[in-house]
Amino acid sequence: MNQSTKTPFVRLAKREAMNPWKAWCIRIGSILLALILGSILIAAIGKNPLAAYGTILDGSLGSKTMLRQTVRIAIPLLGTALAIAPCFKMRFWNIGAEGQITAGAIAASYFALYWAGKVPSALLLVIMGVTGALAGGLWALIPAFFKAKWNTNETLFTLMMNYIIIGVVRWLQGGPWEGRPGSQIIPEFDQDACLPRVFGVHCGWIIVLILVVFMFIYMRYTKQGYEIAVIGDSINTARYAGMNVGWVIMRTMFLSGAISGLVGFIIVSGADNTLHDGVAAGVGFTAITVAWLSQLNPFAMIAISGMLAILSKGADTLHTRMDIPASISDIITGTLLFCMLGCEFFINYQLIFRGSKHKHAPAEQKEAARS
Amino acid sequence: MTAFIALIIAAITYGTPLLFGTLGEILTEKSGNLNLGVEGIMFMGGAIGLGGVFYYEKAVTTPNGILAVIIGMVCAFIAGAIASLIFSFLTITLRANQNVTGLALSIFGTGIGQFIGEYMRIREGGYITISNTLKGFFINSPFPQALRDIPYIGNILFGNSIFFYLGILLAVVLFLYLGRSRSGLHLRSVGESPATADAAGINVTRYKYLATIIGGGISSIGGMVYITTIAGCVWNHEGLSGVGWLAVALVIFCLWRPLNAIWGSVLFGALMILYLRLALPFIPTQLYKILPYVVTVIVLIFSSMRNNKEKQPPASLGLSYFREDR
Amino acid sequence: METVCAIEMRNITKRFGSVTANDHIDFSLNHGEILALLGENGSGKTTLMNMLAGIYFPDEGEIFVNGKPASIRSPKDAYDNRIGMIHQHYKLVDVFTAAENIVLGLHEGGKLNIKAANEKVRAICEKYGFDIDPTQKIYDMSVSQKQTVEIIKVLYRGADILILDEPTAVLTPQETDKLFAILRNMKADGKAIVIITHKLHEVMDLSDRVTVLRKGEYIGTVPTSDTSPQALTDMMVGRAVTLNIDRPRYEHPEQRLELQGVTCFDAEGVKKLDNVSFTALGGEILGIAGIAGSGQKELLEAIAGLYPISSGSILYSPEGKAPSNLVGKTPMQIKKAGVAMAFVPEDRLGMGLVGSMGMTGNMMLRSWRKGKGIFVNRKDPNALALQVWKDLEVVTPSTEFPVRRLSGGNVQKVLVGREIASSPSVLMTAYAVRGLDINTSYTIYNLMTEQKMRGTAVLFVGEDLDVLLELCDRILVLCGGKVSGIVDARTASKEEIGLLMTHIGGKEEA
Repeated sequence: MNQSTKTPFVRLAKREAMNPWKAWCIRIGSILLALILGSILIAAIGKNPLAAYGTILDGSLGSKTMLRQTVRIAIPLLGTALAIAPCFKMRFWNIGAEGQITAGAIAASYFALYWAGKVPSALLLVIMGVTGALAGGLWALIPAFFKAKWNTNETLFTLMMNYIIIGVVRWLQGGPWEGRPGSQIIPEFDQDACLPRVFGVHCGWIIVLILVVFMFIYMRYTKQGYEIAVIGDSINTARYAGMNVGWVIMRTMFLSGAISGLVGFIIVSGADNTLHDGVAAGVGFTAITVAWLSQLNPFAMIAISGMLAILSKGADTLHTRMDIPASISDIITGTLLFCMLGCEFFINYQLIFRGSKHKHAPAEQKEAARS
Repeated sequence: MTAFIALIIAAITYGTPLLFGTLGEILTEKSGNLNLGVEGIMFMGGAIGLGGVFYYEKAVTTPNGILAVIIGMVCAFIAGAIASLIFSFLTITLRANQNVTGLALSIFGTGIGQFIGEYMRIREGGYITISNTLKGFFINSPFPQALRDIPYIGNILFGNSIFFYLGILLAVVLFLYLGRSRSGLHLRSVGESPATADAAGINVTRYKYLATIIGGGISSIGGMVYITTIAGCVWNHEGLSGVGWLAVALVIFCLWRPLNAIWGSVLFGALMILYLRLALPFIPTQLYKILPYVVTVIVLIFSSMRNNKEKQPPASLGLSYFREDR
Repeated sequence: METVCAIEMRNITKRFGSVTANDHIDFSLNHGEILALLGENGSGKTTLMNMLAGIYFPDEGEIFVNGKPASIRSPKDAYDNRIGMIHQHYKLVDVFTAAENIVLGLHEGGKLNIKAANEKVRAICEKYGFDIDPTQKIYDMSVSQKQTVEIIKVLYRGADILILDEPTAVLTPQETDKLFAILRNMKADGKAIVIITHKLHEVMDLSDRVTVLRKGEYIGTVPTSDTSPQALTDMMVGRAVTLNIDRPRYEHPEQRLELQGVTCFDAEGVKKLDNVSFTALGGEILGIAGIAGSGQKELLEAIAGLYPISSGSILYSPEGKAPSNLVGKTPMQIKKAGVAMAFVPEDRLGMGLVGSMGMTGNMMLRSWRKGKGIFVNRKDPNALALQVWKDLEVVTPSTEFPVRRLSGGNVQKVLVGREIASSPSVLMTAYAVRGLDINTSYTIYNLMTEQKMRGTAVLFVGEDLDVLLELCDRILVLCGGKVSGIVDARTASKEEIGLLMTHIGGKEEA
């Protein structure tokens, strides 16, 4: 029989385990590819790509002040990526971190605006953090409840929740919390409500680094982390093992929202010192890509959020020094994400070309077992 | 009464970009692809569509208005199609996660849109817009004055920009395509159950690619419509931001049905500007703006609670298809 | 022969890796006849027919359709040869109407005309006696209606040759009668029909000829009128083969489990277990035989607390403890009391294993809740994983290597190993050697025997009668949810069990 007409020219098979260093080579290769694509764009508008990348590095890491600003950008990204990790591990597509951050920021701001001076600063900050986390958690619990109860599509639900809560901030800004009438701005927080600085950056960085360790341990060593992993793999197996799937979904979303809420608190108290409708500024979305590209590994998230922060801060400098629009950072970030998303394919699948001898025993055995 | 008519006309103006955005995303989602990059796609469409018209006007001595409109639409369409091609390649061929890829496209697209908008401004020395005569072709009604002078309904029916009528036409075409044509039936089967479609000999990959690319192109036109009709032909990323997400919401609100998108977009358009026209003492104006999202959430909850099979998202929405996983 | 055969297959061989699913099989089918393709599970019936339907392509051999050589590479090729197969798993779009599903993928004359399609479907229904509304949505349909849609789909595409893969497995007796009436109408219309089955009474009832396969080999073809259920059973199960499985005797067997009148219904209200009573002893392997779908799965799940029991009792007497009734206890309580179940589902991973985790993670599935505090104990499961790895010779690079990537046999070792490791006093396994090679199978048999010698009551659901006869102490035979007999495995013959499986010669004649 003529086999060549039967087998397509190239077909796909799921790859057996690839050794880790090779996988990381592919990932680093994809980053390089993204940088090359970015440099083509820079060259296309008549600038020197090498100089531009140099400027990005210099502008983000070149001096203490710049480094601090870069760290400030990385903090919420990292924190939110950590928040998203358990949801995604469970295959619950929470894309509502943006809103959960905002909810946390609102709660924290309330106490910052109305309790400042009435309680000691340290206590105030604790209250702000705790209520911020609670608010974020409760806001996340709403879609989780409907998912657990009626299997409502969580992707679309959490997405909508973002804009609802941001609308609430707009209302607060123009209404009850407005500072100078007509300004549409909420007044700056009292010094008591601002996070203290450590090494020149607000101490949010310490909080998120603690969270990195916490999330690593939580996902890997706790019973709850185990439940999340099992549910993410197979809901049937989870039920067989006696897990209450709906309850775990709600609990995990609450935790996720709470961490996002805490990040919201860190942003308003540490970085902005006030509340405005752009408080999350897309962090909730970018963090999703950070979490995903890190393979949900908390330590890898440090590297990836750091990389995106460098791009973002560096692009500002690029704007001022080389007259390249700062939005180039979004383009390079996007390209970077595309390349890194695409490269996972080459890690998980292998292309089998017609004629090449490849062992595809596992797939065939599967067929045999089925027939 | 006049205030009410004015409200409806304004609602239509604000609803038209949404209509395009939504129709494109309906087509995309019907193939089972959830493209969350609409926001980015509409940014690209806005900037590149405007750029296309601007440079066309600059290049010729006597610009033709109708041609300018076509150029704007084509440029926007191509931009959106290319963006969606990236999305399709990553999610269909390389099987990347659709949510994450869509968000990446959002970041990328808004970046490209802003970059091009700003870059043109820098290059052209400050200010980019098109002449008032040309603007007229984008903003004014294509119908004769006599029709618009019909009392009450004249302006509502005939006083809108050409894009609204194109949008309605597109919705009807999409409705007929999805509901009545063989190819539409095949497309819906791909979105509902790719394994079934595959077994029936339908080329799943091709349908997914085409629907996503054409859908992205249509969504992208919405961005161009926003810039040329609402933003006064000036690049304005602040006004455009959020429109793409609203379009995603509208897809849910109209339950993936193109004809619902017509009145749905006008309703959402009304909700976007209601605060300017109908200030109720007990509802703060800013809260009007969240109404589209609130009603969308309510629709989402009710359709899942009732578990009405006809009102669900396409069954394979957001999942990538790999034949050997069957 | 004066007429050309609708289908002729010569010397067909199909291998999957090291497993030969079809070994030089000959097969022929005439127009205007119903042929039953008979054989036990895993005998290669479906594989053979899939080669006619374009799902698989034969490694060796030739296929002739209406006397002409044909090469069938895809379902489309099959349709071009007017062959249509109705698979066990229906491929239908839920939100489409019957007619929309039927025309899906076709390109008849350009424009879609759903009204014309509806009419055409109605005409087919009228012709053969189907009862279906072409405008009804699939999600509103019963299983038998969905099957009807699949059959019409095949007829609509002009198939003259129909292959039905175990069509009655999901039907009630009334629905089965209706289907058979329709199949007879089709036969009268000149269609050639193959029905894949392992139910003898259906064969006798419906078919003109019977082709029997056994373990991938062709056994023979006989006219139905010239044969008897007895003769067919002999062909199906074959002569006893000696396997040399060690079978020591346990000295002091004592009662572990006693079922009395256990009756269960499924969600559709069909009786799955009918007044099942038996005792299982510690220190013996009780084999459970029966044709597929006779209630084996339901029986094990009922004991494990995963299947609702409508009446009857399950008395459990662990060593040195007072007996208690398991009915009404939760699966967790039953598990804790010492009843373990290793059910190997068709897809192996679906229930009971976490594919993305390593052996350790999967061992934890039984123990994750143990211990106080928020942390999960990884040390004990890891020790257990190492032990299973060593004892059962699981081929894996490490205990952290995802089990999804292990080969089928190793996955099963992990599953069975875990259940055994909980030192249960009742161990239930189903299809523990499904798809395994000989050596691995023996490892599993030895494990069962080891458990038995520790005084455990082992319930072993198996497919291979030779194995059951050599491994078990007693064999319980299920037929249609009833216990049709319990025999001593040391003295019973294969024929005896074959008869009990189909009720022939048994007390309750079907």
